[in-house]
Amino acid sequence: MHFSIQNILFLLVAVAGFGLFAWQARKIRANILVGRDRDMSGHVNERLWKTLLVAFGQQKMFKRLTPAILHLIVYIGFIVINIEVIEILIDGIFGTHRVLSFLGPLYSLLTGTNEVLGALVVLAVAALWWRRNVKGVRRFTGPEMRAWPRLDANVILYIEVVLMAALFLMNAADLKLHGASLPGAFPISQFLTGLLPDSPTALHVLERVGWWAHIVGILLFLNYLPSSKHFHIIMAFPNVYYSRLVPQGQFSNVDSITHEVKAMMDPTYQVPAPATEPDGSAAAPTPFGAKDVNDLAWTNLLNAYSCTECGRCTSVCPANITGKLLSPRKIIMDTRDRVEEKYNSPLIFNPNLYGKEAKHDPQEQLDRENHTLLRGYVTPEELWACTTCNACVEACPVNINPLESIVEMRRFLVLEESAAPNSLNVMFSNIENNGAPWAFSPSDRFNWADDLFVAEK
Amino acid sequence: MADLAARGETPEILFWVGCAGAFDDRYKRVTRAFVRILEHVGVNYAVLGMEESCTGDPAKRAGNEFLFQMQAMQNITTLNGYGIKKVVTACPHCFNTIKNEYPALGGEYEVIHHSTFLQQLINEGKVKAEGGESFKGRRITFHDSCYLGRANNIYEAPRAVLEVLDADLLEMKRCKTNGLCCGAGGAQMWKEPEPGKKDINVERAEEALATLDGDADVLLNLQGVESTAPVLPAGSNRGGSVIAVACPFCMTMMADGVKNKERESDVQVFDLAELIASAEGLNA
Ligand code: SF4
Ligand code: SF4
Repeated sequence: MHFSIQNILFLLVAVAGFGLFAWQARKIRANILVGRDRDMSGHVNERLWKTLLVAFGQQKMFKRLTPAILHLIVYIGFIVINIEVIEILIDGIFGTHRVLSFLGPLYSLLTGTNEVLGALVVLAVAALWWRRNVKGVRRFTGPEMRAWPRLDANVILYIEVVLMAALFLMNAADLKLHGASLPGAFPISQFLTGLLPDSPTALHVLERVGWWAHIVGILLFLNYLPSSKHFHIIMAFPNVYYSRLVPQGQFSNVDSITHEVKAMMDPTYQVPAPATEPDGSAAAPTPFGAKDVNDLAWTNLLNAYSCTECGRCTSVCPANITGKLLSPRKIIMDTRDRVEEKYNSPLIFNPNLYGKEAKHDPQEQLDRENHTLLRGYVTPEELWACTTCNACVEACPVNINPLESIVEMRRFLVLEESAAPNSLNVMFSNIENNGAPWAFSPSDRFNWADDLFVAEK
Repeated sequence: MADLAARGETPEILFWVGCAGAFDDRYKRVTRAFVRILEHVGVNYAVLGMEESCTGDPAKRAGNEFLFQMQAMQNITTLNGYGIKKVVTACPHCFNTIKNEYPALGGEYEVIHHSTFLQQLINEGKVKAEGGESFKGRRITFHDSCYLGRANNIYEAPRAVLEVLDADLLEMKRCKTNGLCCGAGGAQMWKEPEPGKKDINVERAEEALATLDGDADVLLNLQGVESTAPVLPAGSNRGGSVIAVACPFCMTMMADGVKNKERESDVQVFDLAELIASAEGLNA
């Protein structure tokens, strides 16, 4: 152990890196909490189990085998290689060198696995890059995939390669410098030593370069996450934990309406007192449904920060498949953009420009002062195209529910603006007047029984 | 039901007919087929008749929560008034709404979709699918209803029902959890689709037809998932292939899709209850 200027520098860099990340994370937390309250407590075991399967176990990724395997390699590689980061942190702070080497054979196993995984990650990343940029998988395009989300998707792949290269550079230089006396196993780096110069000074410098590049790279990556869809590597866990446990067909119930309806049907029914602000004044009535992001439940906003922009939802959406405007992924991406536009952007740099380009209505775009999620980003045409089939919900690998947001916005259109398409208004009035969505008289309800036992062809 | 109540009786099951089952001419035939099966097995059942009202499903999915709850409370009052415990329905939308959304409003029942009910009858040996029309050698493909499948995880019951028919069962490429919507859910049934390349029901009908037209040696059984068979020239008659459905909206949508492709002459759309009633010889 020998302290030096390097340790102090390292400490500063590490504290700055983690501090900045904490600052960004706090802002995102605040953004999520602008959403409406929703009680998600309880069912802890069931939720943990789900998190284990879907988030840790990548269960839903395996609906599509090729990307699942490639993703799994990067994911496992990421986790295992991060054990190395623990060593780097300790070495960096205390000026030690390969502090975990006391583990002996276990250390060899660890470093060996790291290198093999590192190599696999590079291969997987290459394959993923090829799928995205050359093969042209359909779901990686679409109007909501603007310049930034497409760049963002590639940036992470490049970062992965740089991090792996740094790891190999560090190991190879170290190995050449110390030879067989270096603890650990280096199945890949041993072939790379030949590429390096022979001078010990140069090797020492290269080893340091690799070491610093790796850790600085990781800290930069950490702070890049909140601006990126890659934030899902963190958010997928809470998001899956807080996912819905009820059948997918069960839509939420609006309690305020229940009270109203009960009061209408039974005059003696006591409607609970309206909510009050902390200062005792009556709270402003909340609108029915959602017009803007703060009308959505906080879980819907959590969804927006967990989206991987993979487009699996959109690629199974019957409306989207048949060429309609609706794209569930766009609804989710719009939500995130809108939160960040309306509230503090938590980011150091703010590259989330896709929303501004993604609007369909140029008129709305001009009206930047007054626009909201609904109409400013999401058009009624998109919302009305949804068949509520739940395909998007089923497809999402991180248990995002675009349908919930769609229905909330429909509720706003219908209950606050009476802006349903005319044919739906006809359906509503039929139900009100005839007890059926069609214009039939209730007295004909039993007609099916008339010729019940008459032969049919 | 009112008659039964007047006699002081409570039926074992309440058959919830649903608006489509009561008013849609095509689906009325399904209602009758199901009632014949109920009569045949001698279940003690009742229907609400004129006291039944829309469950509110289309209103709720379209965002009209107020109208939905009005309908729901009214129906719950009726059902509770008669002391109903068990509800069977052929409509997945009614099924989903009564099963999942009524409890929060005070309506707790055991709700069964007719596919599950038919499966139970078959398992109990009360329905054998014998003595009527034979489906041997005919091709049937089942179109999953979103509100039965993804919404409530019912995938096996309808397939188990079709299995007793001794027909050639084929799975479409998109089936079960990956099934493609017929295009009618979420109140789409009552409005024109938004502009796009194609209507959803046509896309789905094409897929069903491609499956039914597939080459005979790649016939897949129910365990198979994909059918990548070459498509035969349209119109080649296969002795009446069948698209089986278990939902009134799917029925309308698939029938329209088949018509759109001008294949009504050789491909028919039937509900599970109709297929079972025919196989049981209950069509008279
Ligand atoms: S639920 Fe709506 S948005 Fe989701 S896949 Fe179905 S039609 Fe598309
Ligand atoms: S909502 Fe889910 S399925 Fe859709 S793009 Fe985001 S992560 Fe993918």
